[in-house]
Amino acid sequence: MSTLEVSPAELQPEQSSHPVVNDFSIQVATVNGSGSQTANTVLMRSIFQMGVPVSGKNMFPSNIAGLPTWFTIRACKKGYIGRRKEIDILVAMNPETAREDVLKLDSGAVVIYDEPLKLNELRSDLHFFPVPFDKLVAPVCPEAKLRKLVRNMIYDGVVAQLLSIEMDEIHRALVKQFGKKKAKAAELNWGACKAGHEFAQRSFPQGVPYRVERMNATAGKIIIDGNAACALGCMFAGVTVVTWYPITPSSSLVESLIGYMRRFRHDAESGKATYAIVQAEDELASIGMALGGGWAGARSMTATAGPGISLMSEFIGLGYYAEIPVVVFDVERVGPSTGLPTRTQQGDVLTTAILSHGDTRHPMFFPCSPEECFTMAQDAFDFAEKFQTPVFVMTDLDLGMNNWMSDAFPYPEKPIARGKVLGVEDLNRLGGFARYRDVDGDGVGYRTLPGTNHPAASYFTRGSGHNERAAYTEREDDYINNMDRLAHKFEVMRQHIPEPAVTMAPNAKIAFVAFGTSDYAVRESCDQLRAEYGIDASYLRLKGYPFTQHLRDFIARHDRVYVVDQNRDAQLLGLMRLDFEPELVAKLRSLRYYGGLPLDARTVTDEVVRQEGK
Amino acid sequence: MSTTTTPPPKKVNHIGLEVLQYKGSKTTLCAGCGHNSISERIVECFYDLGVNPYTVAKFSGIGCSSKSPAYFLGLSHGFNGVHGRMPAIATGAILANRTLLGLGVTGDGDTASIGIGQFMHLVRRNIPLIYVIENNGVYGLTKGQFSATADLGSTLKTGLANDLPPFDCCALALKWGATFVARSFSGDKKQLQAIMKTAIAHRGLSVIDVISPCVTFNDHVGSTKSYSYMKEHEEALQELDFVPYFEDIAVDLPEGEVSDVRMHDGSHLRIRKLGRDFDVNDRFKALQALEESEAKGEVLTGVLYLNTEKPTFTDLLHLADEPLATLPESKVRPPRSVLDSVMEELR
Repeated sequence: MSTLEVSPAELQPEQSSHPVVNDFSIQVATVNGSGSQTANTVLMRSIFQMGVPVSGKNMFPSNIAGLPTWFTIRACKKGYIGRRKEIDILVAMNPETAREDVLKLDSGAVVIYDEPLKLNELRSDLHFFPVPFDKLVAPVCPEAKLRKLVRNMIYDGVVAQLLSIEMDEIHRALVKQFGKKKAKAAELNWGACKAGHEFAQRSFPQGVPYRVERMNATAGKIIIDGNAACALGCMFAGVTVVTWYPITPSSSLVESLIGYMRRFRHDAESGKATYAIVQAEDELASIGMALGGGWAGARSMTATAGPGISLMSEFIGLGYYAEIPVVVFDVERVGPSTGLPTRTQQGDVLTTAILSHGDTRHPMFFPCSPEECFTMAQDAFDFAEKFQTPVFVMTDLDLGMNNWMSDAFPYPEKPIARGKVLGVEDLNRLGGFARYRDVDGDGVGYRTLPGTNHPAASYFTRGSGHNERAAYTEREDDYINNMDRLAHKFEVMRQHIPEPAVTMAPNAKIAFVAFGTSDYAVRESCDQLRAEYGIDASYLRLKGYPFTQHLRDFIARHDRVYVVDQNRDAQLLGLMRLDFEPELVAKLRSLRYYGGLPLDARTVTDEVVRQEGK
Repeated sequence: MSTTTTPPPKKVNHIGLEVLQYKGSKTTLCAGCGHNSISERIVECFYDLGVNPYTVAKFSGIGCSSKSPAYFLGLSHGFNGVHGRMPAIATGAILANRTLLGLGVTGDGDTASIGIGQFMHLVRRNIPLIYVIENNGVYGLTKGQFSATADLGSTLKTGLANDLPPFDCCALALKWGATFVARSFSGDKKQLQAIMKTAIAHRGLSVIDVISPCVTFNDHVGSTKSYSYMKEHEEALQELDFVPYFEDIAVDLPEGEVSDVRMHDGSHLRIRKLGRDFDVNDRFKALQALEESEAKGEVLTGVLYLNTEKPTFTDLLHLADEPLATLPESKVRPPRSVLDSVMEELR
């Protein structure tokens, strides 16, 4: 039997005798629509259940079935859960990509593959493990048409055996995945998993240089995708009007929300909905409805991606100018145009900051984790109503659609803040109001809601020129006063946008500024730079826009600041240029990645080293 | 003995408001514009029916028609949005507060050209909203271009003839789900009043297409939306009377000629047939009548369709009775136990 194609001399001996524990990545290459998602989720979850920090990233095509998909699981005892470029273990199930997948591997990698593919003939510096999937699946799945869906579970069994993942945990993850209602399907899959495990036990006595050992680093944690986390945040924020138009990668945000709201947001007595969710005819309608809802006093939102942001542009200008609260979730994907709909990017931040014609500025929140998706969704609603303006929560496909390990979410402590809304008693006391008058000096006027039973309540909302009493005007002074007040309001927002997370490295000359999902790569890169090159780097992670004073101070304290953008045109750096004086801008360096995959630490490290001339 | 005379009591409606309280600011539209007549009808009808103006929300898009909500119901909130997209704004607002009485005013460019998509989806959803199309077949604010309701062969002031067929907004509304569909003429005060009052009482989407001549850009010979053309070609389906719920109604109706439709609030629309056999419950007949009258060069006016039974969009969503907008935190933020159980599922 020749399952091990590499001569012992080529193996690194210390790997054989001292396997790498809890620090590896597995890539599963399959065809989409083949049910591999279940097998991959079970594998990831079982490692998580053994207490080992883990992440899972799905790289999938814009297609229903039949095109290549890769799922990467990274286990890391140090807790790095960003993407890792290097693949240690490949599970090659897709004949279309198998050859290229194998050729890309680093020497010494493990390849588990479908035996007929004969991948062992491609290279001699890898560990090959052929598995006869079709032969194994037949006896455990008598129904032929189900075999395609069940056969992927076989690799879970093989991987579990090779990496010493406990089969009890695989079983537990499987049961969780299928739920009580699909016990039969779970049983069928479990049979396939066991078949793979037994086969590996019989056939691969030599093992692999990687293993999973129990840790205690995931106790109490959850696994969730960012879209579901945003959805939960919206529900606990008390959202009442939700409008949307399906678009990858944001659809599952609203679909998760629909699921949660159906369960938890019907009135206990009447059974009636305390919310409205409407699938609109397009993004123009979805933002229009959301604005109508916000105007009438609802906590109103929509979710979309880049193409939807482009379409919403005109309405967002109306929201800005007429001062209507609404929250827009932008789960960014690769543009321009249709771009790469199932790949990740931070490609909309510059557009969004100034979305719509004329002078406009919009606040943005930048969550980097499911927990921040949950808390910032709530903050965004409070912020939108406090400042009476559209607020954008900028996530991306990586955060939104991938599964992340996260701390459990904290129950909101603060009461819901509805902003400056005058009711009947206020109007009785005041006698009247001027909708756009800056009474409090923060640029934010008081509003009333339609339906307020008072002769002084009404005002006329318009996207055309208006004075502080909301009356039509084309006067130069009225226009300038209004625009200046809006600019002042934006300045006031700086005091209320979430403060950045700052890690100062003592005596560091260089620093990073990043936002969103770049966080994982940048934190790991800081450690790589220190360990491998002796470079200390400070790090500021932005949580929102407009920029706060912290960012200015941070830049001033360093010689060179690498601004990390997951887009081609250095959009975040561009926004900083708009705000900062030349001395600060001169310190900024651009570090960009825009290939559509989640950013990895090695890319960041290599680029810093290159630019630093080390 | 005092000689001072007390002023005569002010005339008020049944909720004690004067007609002045239903007016808006002074119109800035051209003298003689059909839209001004429609604004007057709105003021009269809301006054006559004693609608609480604080419960009304006005919506419009962009164009001459869409400016008009500033000229009536000044005590009601108004929202003048973006071109062609008033339906979305109105939909969102009504979802936020289902107790509002929504009144949308739009034009033929706003609805049939840029806004045809949103109009069709508004119809499809049967949003509870009064949707008045002030239809003059021409763009006024941009100085006289054709809209998508301009009739085939109708000419501009320059003499340019329209070579595309028009959208008939009533036919579209009939086909795709509006529950009250009517056409009127801004110069037909009595008919328009009855239709407007029916719309106020109706639960569901009311599409009222009002031919409303543009005196500046489309009132010449060769136009099919001029006052003189309408006077010659208007063909009224019925004689209409609206009897509000707070007035007595005679029970005996002459057989065959007059019928009553009972509205949700107890009001009645009294319909006296004029010549032709027509049933306001029959969508297909209405579509047929529109086709026939178009072929004859007539402009058919009156109530084309009225369905008081079909559920509205807010019914379908099973919304809470009280406005979503002002639900207290206790109703919209689930308790800690819910978060705990969700977290447990995700472990």
